[in-house]
Amino acid sequence: MKELLTDHKISSLKTYFTSYRHAVWIGYVMIAVALIVLPFLVESTIGRTWVRILDFALIYGMLALGLNIVVGFAGLLDLGYIAFYAVGAYTWALLASPQFGLHLPFWVIIPIGFVVAGFFGVLLGAPTLRLRGDYLAIVTLGFGEIIRIFLNNLDHPVNVTNGPVGINLIDPISIGSVDFTKTQEIFGLIFSGAHIYYYVLLLLLLVSILVCIRLENSRLGRAWVAIREDEIAAQAMGINTRNVKLLAFAMGASFGGIAGGLFASFQGFVSPESFILLESIMVLCMVVLGGMGNVWGVVLGTFILAILPEVLRDISSPLQENILGKVWLDPESLRMVLFGLALIVVMLVRPTGLWPSKKNN
Amino acid sequence: MKRSAGIKKVLEVFKGALILFTFLGLSGCGSQDSEVGSNVVKIGQVSPLTGSIAHLGKDNEYGARLAIMEANARKISIAGSPVQFELVSEDDEAKPAKSTIVAQKLVDAGVVGVVGHLNSGTTIPASKIYFDAGIAQISPSATNVNYTNQGYKTAFRVIANDAQQGRVLGNYAVKLGAKKIAVIDDRTDYGKGLAEEFEKSAKASGADIVTHEFTDNTKTDFTAILTRIKSMNADLIFFSGMDAQAGPMMKQIKNLGIKTIFLTGDGGKTLQFLTLAGSEAEGAYASSPGEPLDKMPGGKEFKAKYNETFNETIQIYAPYAYDAMNTLISAMIEADSIDPKVYLPKLANIEYSGVTGPVAFDAKGDIKRGTISLYKAVEGEWVHLETLE
Amino acid sequence: MDIFLQQLINGLVLGSVYALVALGYTMVYGILGLINFAHGEVVMVGAMVVLSMISLLSSFPLPLGSELILLISVVSAIIVCSTLAFFMEKVAYRPLRNAPRLAPLITAIGMSILLQNIAMMIWGRQYKTFPDLFSITSYDLAGANITNVQIFIICLSILIMIALLLLINLTRIGRAMRATAENPSIASLMGVNVNTIISLTFVIGAALAAVAGVLVSANYSVAHYSMGFILGLKAFTAAVLGGIGNMAGAMIGGILLGLIESIGAGYISDITGGFMGSHYQDVFAFLVLIVVLVFRPTGIMGERIADRS
Repeated sequence: MKELLTDHKISSLKTYFTSYRHAVWIGYVMIAVALIVLPFLVESTIGRTWVRILDFALIYGMLALGLNIVVGFAGLLDLGYIAFYAVGAYTWALLASPQFGLHLPFWVIIPIGFVVAGFFGVLLGAPTLRLRGDYLAIVTLGFGEIIRIFLNNLDHPVNVTNGPVGINLIDPISIGSVDFTKTQEIFGLIFSGAHIYYYVLLLLLLVSILVCIRLENSRLGRAWVAIREDEIAAQAMGINTRNVKLLAFAMGASFGGIAGGLFASFQGFVSPESFILLESIMVLCMVVLGGMGNVWGVVLGTFILAILPEVLRDISSPLQENILGKVWLDPESLRMVLFGLALIVVMLVRPTGLWPSKKNN
Repeated sequence: MKRSAGIKKVLEVFKGALILFTFLGLSGCGSQDSEVGSNVVKIGQVSPLTGSIAHLGKDNEYGARLAIMEANARKISIAGSPVQFELVSEDDEAKPAKSTIVAQKLVDAGVVGVVGHLNSGTTIPASKIYFDAGIAQISPSATNVNYTNQGYKTAFRVIANDAQQGRVLGNYAVKLGAKKIAVIDDRTDYGKGLAEEFEKSAKASGADIVTHEFTDNTKTDFTAILTRIKSMNADLIFFSGMDAQAGPMMKQIKNLGIKTIFLTGDGGKTLQFLTLAGSEAEGAYASSPGEPLDKMPGGKEFKAKYNETFNETIQIYAPYAYDAMNTLISAMIEADSIDPKVYLPKLANIEYSGVTGPVAFDAKGDIKRGTISLYKAVEGEWVHLETLE
Repeated sequence: MDIFLQQLINGLVLGSVYALVALGYTMVYGILGLINFAHGEVVMVGAMVVLSMISLLSSFPLPLGSELILLISVVSAIIVCSTLAFFMEKVAYRPLRNAPRLAPLITAIGMSILLQNIAMMIWGRQYKTFPDLFSITSYDLAGANITNVQIFIICLSILIMIALLLLINLTRIGRAMRATAENPSIASLMGVNVNTIISLTFVIGAALAAVAGVLVSANYSVAHYSMGFILGLKAFTAAVLGGIGNMAGAMIGGILLGLIESIGAGYISDITGGFMGSHYQDVFAFLVLIVVLVFRPTGIMGERIADRS
């Protein structure tokens, strides 16, 4: 049967297989190069600020991925998610600052933050297992506020958190004597603190993305989806809904815990003001706007919502000058108005999010 | 099936790459701020211009802006050439995370000094960035002691930290005849700091703190805690917080039939307090650092000019922002340089006479100043009682 | 005892306002299953419009009594808020009626940001004072104090609630609303114009919000563009506590939340022996909420309803 496999067919098959593999790899390499080069390009063209903005986008990315596990995968509406971010941040702050004189290295704190936040996730999850939909939303919201109020008031009778004053001089990530928040010079290239943190955060975000994708396609991920779609049916199929739900809360929370720790180490200062309800709502917006349940959509949503306000900051004055001839409205209010409008318009145009998960529909 | 999945994957990966490169391209297109003449000196100002305390933020901006306008009118020359000052005002939304972004933004924009931020929670994280960039930061309103305790030679403030004012107020409460004092604190770092210092010194002067109640800076209903205070028969209520709460609180005190002396700090010594509390403001006491504005050289003119220029009344910190900006500019004039390296030592040793009082810094960057003035609300106006050391 | 009575009065006044706002939440939720996050902002707009109208009317040398000025202002606030809510529903929520459940939540958040910042542009960043149209007088009630405004708030709230209950339970419109809440598509088969009913729900909710806005700003004599968010949040909590979607539940939840808050702030430090003070007032309120929901997962008055998805 040799003549059936003609030369032509063989070569086309060969090129197909090789080119497809190549193409994927070329794509990956291109992405990798772009991600590595990005901060250099950004810093040299539009300023170091934008590297910092990217850093925060990466931190929010981790947060949003964690919330996506709870809201997107398991369908549990959580409006107090920022509490876990706070728990992570304060864990880092208490273990690596002059507050208690502890200065643990980062590779010890990160797992601790992971576990502590996860524990708080279970703490929130346990009493709310019977609740559904919006009842769950309000209880999680209350939980978030309770955590914030405690952080704001635990300076009395025993001083733990310094209350509203916050904790200062938190240790950054450092290896040996290399402080990651200080500007370093390596091979003649200058890396600012924001720039080094960009790589650290990028690495962690990539790991988070990987974990999320693996989770989504795992047995656990399918169990979450089953619960999201129909809890009673899931139970009937033999899924232990209690454990699976608690796992969703715990895993989501631990992502938030790590992100919070990194935030504390990057800023060097935490205070309860960073963990208000509005932040929870912002993270939820990132998840929903990007495309709930789809990891890539969530990342996209995060980047858009983290970067958009900063872009608007730059353009809301020039925009008015160009269109109206002079600055009529103050640029700050206009910026927030445009931001609100953007949320509405995007949701109206794409109700399932910018990059929705395909399985959902 | 397999084939289409493969192609899909290729497409997905390329889609990702494409998005990234578009972003790269876009960031490449966005050019750096247009070159400006070398005689333009940029000075930053940061405060929350949106969100729930935006009225205070705008007040700071106006104070700083007025100082810039006046400096430009004076046609200042530095190092032999005339300079034009430019205010770069940024909004940190009172969020610590935003504060470092805007701080970096100012550094990128090439400002030579910064007046800000408003809240301690944003001032502290931002101070690290200014310190790394080596530019001076003068906060007109951050009172948290931590701010100047970090060892940054670039961090200054023109407002008394909580310790000084709390001490004077505690003594004064006893002087007013109070024996049983109730303290209400708004759980901001300002409120907490002031309340703690007040408590310490009131106790030291022999008064009894019967209760320490708390509220927060978003509430308007204080009836529950006031009722509790009523049951304790306190003879003085000290409120450690801002005017937006103090005004309604004053009304509720009167409506609940509580007959105690009401005392508050500089956060309440505003016109807004008087309008919000209306006729119930009568008899309230408040303090403010420095001499009364009207008694200061240039104070009256400042007030008039502010009202005229911006068609608004002064909230709280505008005079401090104004002084902070003027102090910064005069350090530059004294050093005859706009280079922070050159003018920073001059700033550390400056002696400037501002509308809020003489401005001079101690070794940490805190303001050296001994005087706190006390006022009483009489017929809708703050009447100056005395000035204490 | 007079102190306890005073705390009850404090809680009742606070709770009446919460209840009025919570009604708006609950009506919309009952029919659409939507948490209208922008509802608090409607309250704020109501307060702001009243203040502007009063100062506008007072500036003209018209022979109007202060009652008439107030009445005209309140009516105009109701009209403005109702119109606002009508368009809000039409623009931001109606197109998303069949979208995933969280999509309209995000547009509601967008609306909230939008309204707050537009209000900041229109009315400025400063706190506004409620003008002295009528003097506040304080009465003695068995050792406790209550003002005329507070009495007015409680009475008006009760009246409005009764009127609303009558409307829902005894009129054709009310029946149509209940039918729509039950099942919109079958309601429309039965000849109910679902769109009109939903618009009407928003309009009534907004009118209540406007009234609540006036009462809040009159009682505390302060109004600010950021006042709506926290108030809305508390009202939402109250609505859930009572069983969201249930009118009577919203009223009970609102009043209960007000009482919990004031009892909490007044006695928490005695209960905990001084370990926790009045700064844990909100913690106390949320804990009560959580405990209630653990035992009654659909709130105090909530019925067991099928999950919407």
